[in-house]
Amino acid sequence: MSGPGPRERMLGRLRAASLNAATAKQGSWYLEASGNAREARPGGAGELHGIAPVDARSNLALLDHRIDVHFARRRPQSAAAADPVATMQTALTASHATVWRAASDEWPEQLAQKLSEANIRHLLLDSARTEAAALKAALPAQLKTLDFDRPLEEWKSELFTGVDAGFTVARSGIAATGTLILAPDAGTPRTVSLVPPLHIALVYTSTLHADLHAAVHAERWAEGMPSNLVLVSGPSKTSDIQQTLAYGAHGPRWLWVIIVDDLAGGMR
Amino acid sequence: MSVQTLHFVPSADFHARARAALDDPKLRQSFRGAMDFLQGKRSAQFPDANELEQLRDLGEAVRKHALAHLPDLLVQLERKLTEAGVQVHWAENADEANRIIFGIAQENKARRIIKGKSMASEEIELNHYLAERGIACMESDMGEYIVQMAGEKPSHIVMPAIHKTRADIGELFEQNIPDTPYTEDVDTLIQTGRSALRQAFVDADIGLSGVNFAAADTGTLWLVENEGNGRLSTTVPDIHIAIMGMEKVVAKLEHIVPLASLLTRSATGQAITTYFNLISGPRRPGEKDGPRQLHLVLLDNGRSQAYADEQLRATLQCIRCGACMNHCPVYTRVGGHAYGTTYPGPIGKIISPHLLGLEATADLATASSLCGACAEVCPVRIPIPQLLVRLRGEANRSPDEEVAHPLRGQGAKYSRGERLVWRFWSGAFASPAAYRTFRWAATRLRALAPKQQMGWTDHREPLQPAARSLADLLKARGQPE
Repeated sequence: MSGPGPRERMLGRLRAASLNAATAKQGSWYLEASGNAREARPGGAGELHGIAPVDARSNLALLDHRIDVHFARRRPQSAAAADPVATMQTALTASHATVWRAASDEWPEQLAQKLSEANIRHLLLDSARTEAAALKAALPAQLKTLDFDRPLEEWKSELFTGVDAGFTVARSGIAATGTLILAPDAGTPRTVSLVPPLHIALVYTSTLHADLHAAVHAERWAEGMPSNLVLVSGPSKTSDIQQTLAYGAHGPRWLWVIIVDDLAGGMR
Repeated sequence: MSVQTLHFVPSADFHARARAALDDPKLRQSFRGAMDFLQGKRSAQFPDANELEQLRDLGEAVRKHALAHLPDLLVQLERKLTEAGVQVHWAENADEANRIIFGIAQENKARRIIKGKSMASEEIELNHYLAERGIACMESDMGEYIVQMAGEKPSHIVMPAIHKTRADIGELFEQNIPDTPYTEDVDTLIQTGRSALRQAFVDADIGLSGVNFAAADTGTLWLVENEGNGRLSTTVPDIHIAIMGMEKVVAKLEHIVPLASLLTRSATGQAITTYFNLISGPRRPGEKDGPRQLHLVLLDNGRSQAYADEQLRATLQCIRCGACMNHCPVYTRVGGHAYGTTYPGPIGKIISPHLLGLEATADLATASSLCGACAEVCPVRIPIPQLLVRLRGEANRSPDEEVAHPLRGQGAKYSRGERLVWRFWSGAFASPAAYRTFRWAATRLRALAPKQQMGWTDHREPLQPAARSLADLLKARGQPE
């Protein structure tokens, strides 16, 4: 191969343009235009806007700071900060999930009961987890549990057709939007929360964050991400047919969330 | 650079297609309902005007920062992804992107591709390219599945089948999916679509998706969806190919938080969508699902042309929420197909000229009342009306004029006759003597004014000079000119 490839040509064009822009005069046309819009806005003279003008070359630390300040300022007034558990429950219910709160010793019985009522026969879980062990002990005999003990391709068809429900324990939750943060691993891979028509997730009250910004910071996502992290806020849905909401488009049609109270008894 | 692109709808002739759309009462009715619905949903998500404006400031700042550092961020993203085992490909144009994807399919003897939603793949006409080479692409997003079944292209970037009624879809399903009786019940239709596609996820060799945001610091591809088809496409097949316009990278994962909030609220009026799927690499040792191969195709396809000009660069701030089209008085009446481009509506009018050249898109910039609704709702403050005015200018500029950043197709609407008229006009107004002569002639010869004056007289009375000029009237009142 001779000459630079597409990578070098694309980067070359961008770099040349950056250089031009760097030497061009500041206060360009579009900055003026958006500056006017900012001034005309109600309440736009607040100190937050004074922090930094929108400049293409604004520095990174300043930008980070502005984002942090924005979310930090809103948080204390939000319902999510005052009562994260209730907010989480309300938000999830609004997005069509079945949600209940439970003490850490009572949820296995409750869930077993509901699973029998829903006529669930094959439940996918990770036996190595303590929560799964507790659940298994409470389940009736006719309800079969199975582990994700083989790579997906060895039982793809079976998973798609023969499993009614998948059980997961969320890494954490986001109260404001009713969101479960799932970090799939070898025991509970990605498809457990995706392929079976019923997804059951357990989330501990002690893990609830007020909003996504708080979660990203508290859990230090920037320091290293797993191969996949999934944020789930309700059962699968679509409005693609005449803006009419329908559930179970491709993923789970039903989402059950158990918010386990691990703070009340001073457990953690 | 010769790009062979087949358009199911040619992107020229906006006027003819707009007229046809306006004559279609069914289409106008579906759009009216859909746009009222989406506008209402959006405004309900932003009850606090101050918060919205602050968030828009942040969104704009994040996107501007990313664009200012674009080459470095792309290199950083490539490095992070490569370390995680992702293969990164660079594509200068549609043909190159198609060849890369076809190459991956060939190498792996793949026959079937299941797709999550990807406007970039629509942009490069991937389905068509692969179908000609014996590889079937199946759209799995419910809206895309419907338009694919109808042999059409999406008419909206977020709601692809927005132009169809439930009755249209009932008929399509009845005719195309075996053993499906006609129904208008949306739940039943969705369940029919679900079961028809279920097996396709199992059978597919490759899953293909777009990318909403990419974080350079962690090497994370951030996908936003409601249906779960995006997660299935990127998880179940052994190979995942993601394709993204190269402008979609941002410096840090944390910067995506305000953007994601703006995106879901502006697009569909949701505080958050059902799934945010954050992918930072293929299946790792010990993991039991997820693709074993992960590819990312970085697409230029005209974006560097917009990037080169400081004013037009703002075009690339777009996060593809579709709010501009939902609020555009032109789009809401003619629908997406009238534009003939992958990206319709206001954002389409300013991005398509870079992708396709002004030759094919010169009409689009004129299809705006410049009312500013698009700019007012844009979550990242793209000054769309100003960019439209600029593009109108570029289309009418002489093709021979040398400028710092020539656009492909410069002067597509340039008219020598018009140029002459203006030259005469400015000459007449620059010299008092010439102006007086012109004025004298115009008032005396007013009866000769043509009755048909191009587009003007389609809806208005013909223009005619007054019998006496203002200067004459002033003189008659004893006032100087």
